[in-house]
Amino acid sequence: MEASATAASDAPITFYRLQACPYCERVARLLNEYDLEYRSRFVEPMHSRRDVVKRVAGVRSVPVVVDENTGVTMAESANIVDYLESTYGEDGQRADAAAESRGDD
Amino acid sequence: MPDFEVTDLGPADHLEAGEEGPDFTRPLVTDEFWEDRSLSDVVADEGRTILVCTPMIGSFVAKYIYDELDKRSWFDRADRIVGLTAATPYAVSSFLDENEHPFAIFADPANDVAESLGIAHDLDGMTGISEPRAAVFGLEPDLTIDSAWVSTEWPEFPPYDDLESELGLE
Repeated sequence: MEASATAASDAPITFYRLQACPYCERVARLLNEYDLEYRSRFVEPMHSRRDVVKRVAGVRSVPVVVDENTGVTMAESANIVDYLESTYGEDGQRADAAAESRGDD
Repeated sequence: MPDFEVTDLGPADHLEAGEEGPDFTRPLVTDEFWEDRSLSDVVADEGRTILVCTPMIGSFVAKYIYDELDKRSWFDRADRIVGLTAATPYAVSSFLDENEHPFAIFADPANDVAESLGIAHDLDGMTGISEPRAAVFGLEPDLTIDSAWVSTEWPEFPPYDDLESELGLE
């Protein structure tokens, strides 16, 4: 448990999410399906208290994904799903690279 | 400081200097978000680390301790100081936000970490509630404890002056 948590803190993908938010769960399912390492950051339900998301992504909505593999920061679950599918899905360009980087950790 | 009704908790069977501190993973909470972190991960990032344990958020003991850390500018070393309490991440996050504290605090509602440190305290007359005693541990980068102060009364506040000298915070 400790070892995986340490690995997660070095994970290239940071996922800003809200507890039990269906849009966030949609993104979580895909991250897990593609076996991508990510760190989850739960933020506050109140928009006014989501300064960190605003700083990172320019919006106060979640989900937001920051992917250091590609330098991409993205909000809106539909956009994120499209991005993950095209980047890490079967036809994605990064699928092999992602598998290799997992091997390095 | 006002007068309090003081309860004697007796000595705790807690980890002492020279022993290895327990590694654990819990949500580490700031005023903005929380994420799973392990203590070893935090210590690896920051080097020598001070673990400040308090009774649950909502108790005046926790509030007074963090107010005092702010007053003493321990927040200048906030990167080296990490808290632990028995409270939900939401409660911890609101507490840090409302009081503008720069610290990060591990949220451990089940109080298992305090149990492993030997500082758990069952609230007399309350069912199902356990919280950490007020305690301050100095941790070497390999998690060896090099300093341990644990309260023996409720309420009791850390001997800040002594700790500043012992922990190199002067």
